[in-house]
Amino acid sequence: MDFGLSEEQDLLQQSAREFLTQECPPQFVRALLDDEHGFSPELHRKMAELGWPGLLVPEKFGGLGLGLLDMALLLEEMGRAVVPGPFLFSSALATFALMRGGSSAQKKTWLPRLASGDAIGTLAFLEASDRLDAAGITLKARKKRDGYTLSGTKMFVPFAAVADILVVAVRTSGKSEKGVSLVLVERDAPGLTIRPLDMFDRTRRVYEVRFKQVPVSGFLGKAGKGWKLLAQLQDLACVALSADSLGGAQQALDMAVEYTKVREQFNRPIASFQALKHMAAEMVSEVEPARSLVWYAAYAFDTRAKDASRAASIAKARLSAVYTRTTNKAVQMHGGIGFTWEHDMHFWFKRAKWNEFAFGAAAYHRERVARFDGY
Amino acid sequence: MDLAYSKEDEAFRKTVRTWLKANVPKKDKTLSDLPPNDPRRIQRAKDWQRRLYEAGYVALGWPKAYGGQGDSDIMRQTIVNEELVLARAPGLIGASGLTMLGPTLLQVGSEEQKQRYLPKVLTAEEIWCQGYSEPGSGSDLASLRTRAELVGDAFIVNGQKVWTSGAQFSDRMFCLVRTDPDAPKHRGISYILIDMKTPGVTVRPLVQMTGDAGFNEVFFEDVRVPRENLVGELNQGWLVANATLFHERNMLGSTTRTQLMMQNLIRLARSHSRYGQPVAEDPSIRQQLADLTTRVEAMKYHSLRQLTAATKGRKPGIGAMVNKLVGTELNHDICALALEIMNSYAPLNRRASHVIDNGIWPYEFMFTLGLIIGGGTSQIQKNIISERGLGMPKSR
Repeated sequence: MDFGLSEEQDLLQQSAREFLTQECPPQFVRALLDDEHGFSPELHRKMAELGWPGLLVPEKFGGLGLGLLDMALLLEEMGRAVVPGPFLFSSALATFALMRGGSSAQKKTWLPRLASGDAIGTLAFLEASDRLDAAGITLKARKKRDGYTLSGTKMFVPFAAVADILVVAVRTSGKSEKGVSLVLVERDAPGLTIRPLDMFDRTRRVYEVRFKQVPVSGFLGKAGKGWKLLAQLQDLACVALSADSLGGAQQALDMAVEYTKVREQFNRPIASFQALKHMAAEMVSEVEPARSLVWYAAYAFDTRAKDASRAASIAKARLSAVYTRTTNKAVQMHGGIGFTWEHDMHFWFKRAKWNEFAFGAAAYHRERVARFDGY
Repeated sequence: MDLAYSKEDEAFRKTVRTWLKANVPKKDKTLSDLPPNDPRRIQRAKDWQRRLYEAGYVALGWPKAYGGQGDSDIMRQTIVNEELVLARAPGLIGASGLTMLGPTLLQVGSEEQKQRYLPKVLTAEEIWCQGYSEPGSGSDLASLRTRAELVGDAFIVNGQKVWTSGAQFSDRMFCLVRTDPDAPKHRGISYILIDMKTPGVTVRPLVQMTGDAGFNEVFFEDVRVPRENLVGELNQGWLVANATLFHERNMLGSTTRTQLMMQNLIRLARSHSRYGQPVAEDPSIRQQLADLTTRVEAMKYHSLRQLTAATKGRKPGIGAMVNKLVGTELNHDICALALEIMNSYAPLNRRASHVIDNGIWPYEFMFTLGLIIGGGTSQIQKNIISERGLGMPKSR
């Protein structure tokens, strides 16, 4: 029994923290808030030099061949540094979709490019209905003489503007899980238009993607059989976002504690007031055990444990709530300055809210846990 | 990371489980109707600890020289603890001696003290109670005033202790006393061992809100304690006590018990109806059940993480500081939801007709609230986490 990180994993996490402290400090994040795409190709290139985009990709396709637990440690650090950009959606979600669903030709085409950072992918999943189940997938894929075309709209597609390839959940038949397919669409395909949806978390960017007779570049797996992989991608997203949330919560906690040590009122550091100490202790008492949930969910995913989906939901339910509560308290511990645009705390506060709702909020995942547990 | 247990550990678990299956005492109706402090119940509890000890399953880590198993494998110790809970085995009557006094003596006791006391802690021949809190010294434990004056080769003890669990059937007490009233409060305290049969010791039961008398007040009037019963240095008792307090907090954070309680809670929700609807179909109850599940799972893996750190000889860090706070509040919240599920049936006492689960839920609801307070309240835990864990300054 060993529920701990290996030396390599400790090292990976530590070096990621050092790299991001250097390369993605808050003033760098702040500058990207005003960037058109919320994305720094330069930072992306530097991360690629470390092999990060290829972390999950098998070595024969130019990756590191590591697992979700390793990825979770990296994402925790990226959450801590509230790194803007498509990394999670490209290097975890789209990449995994290709790894699991792609034909050998598709893998050969895309995995080396994704792993090297030359290409960026994303997942187009949600529609206007905001449903997470199979019935929410209504974007039609119609068979034409020379292949399939898509017509319809996807919503809240992360970083569509900088993606080269979209993994799109579409409907090839019926209304249930059967008939859901995952297809690859190139971003510059004819008939595809994107429109940014401006939102309060400027470290993430989402888009409305409209399809008008857009040619499909290929299916991931068989037509009509995409739901299983899509469900697995949702589990993956839950673990990945939970890891991001964990790092963000830890950072908000650390910043709040540091601030209260230097901020003086009533002739003493406000960190000496129990009202604030107890807030900080409550944050610790939620964040520390939550760390173990993220580790377990990632481990369960990697080992294809029977309870992998349950573990993903548990992590997402818990971290959704914990990140939001932690950043909320962190803002309060900063007092008025924490409410300003000038202070950095709102980066994490807003990221927490985005992470909370993406891929199912806490209540959604609790209901899922209830069903897994037979009630 | 690998959650599979080694073949040896699996085999050991199986052996323990088999032994427990054959040896855990059956519920005895004639005994359970007796008051908790009846000598026959006490004797039965001692017999159980002795049997468990003779099988080699009590305090595995203690050195053989003092009657222990000399088995430093933390994994096996954990397996025994888990299996005891899963087998619904009775708690050990000598728990205070095993989890608090023993580790303290092993750390700072003299050779004579270890030889004299430790073997009988294991066999339950001598039962110990903890003499820390006083009427005027709860969270501010270091302000304690029970006075011990060194006169010749003995301490003369005067004062009062309170919340003393098990004092009514204990043979001895490990006790904090003030030996230097002029020193700063943390530096005038000593840790001494008191024979409860010494003249001048009076035990008075204190009835808890559950109706049980588990606690006591203990009064000392010119109680003579030989100087050799001092543990550690004179006036260094606060340091000695802090080692013990650490063990107490660890003891209060068992997650196996919490997991069992959670299973029982789900079973309760699935079997009970309320307002014309099976409770488990009520969306608000489902949300609360699943939320508790996420907290229980978090603590389960949190404790595995600490177990792994311990087996690798790593320091537990800030993570271990939250155990008592999170564990006790979680247990209480589980019981609170049980009461909400039972609704009108919730307040029924053990002997009432129509009572659910023998009245265990309302009892535990109250008892677990006591655990949030005892052993350092949740508020004191938060002070510890923020001051020692996060380095936030003291309030004054």
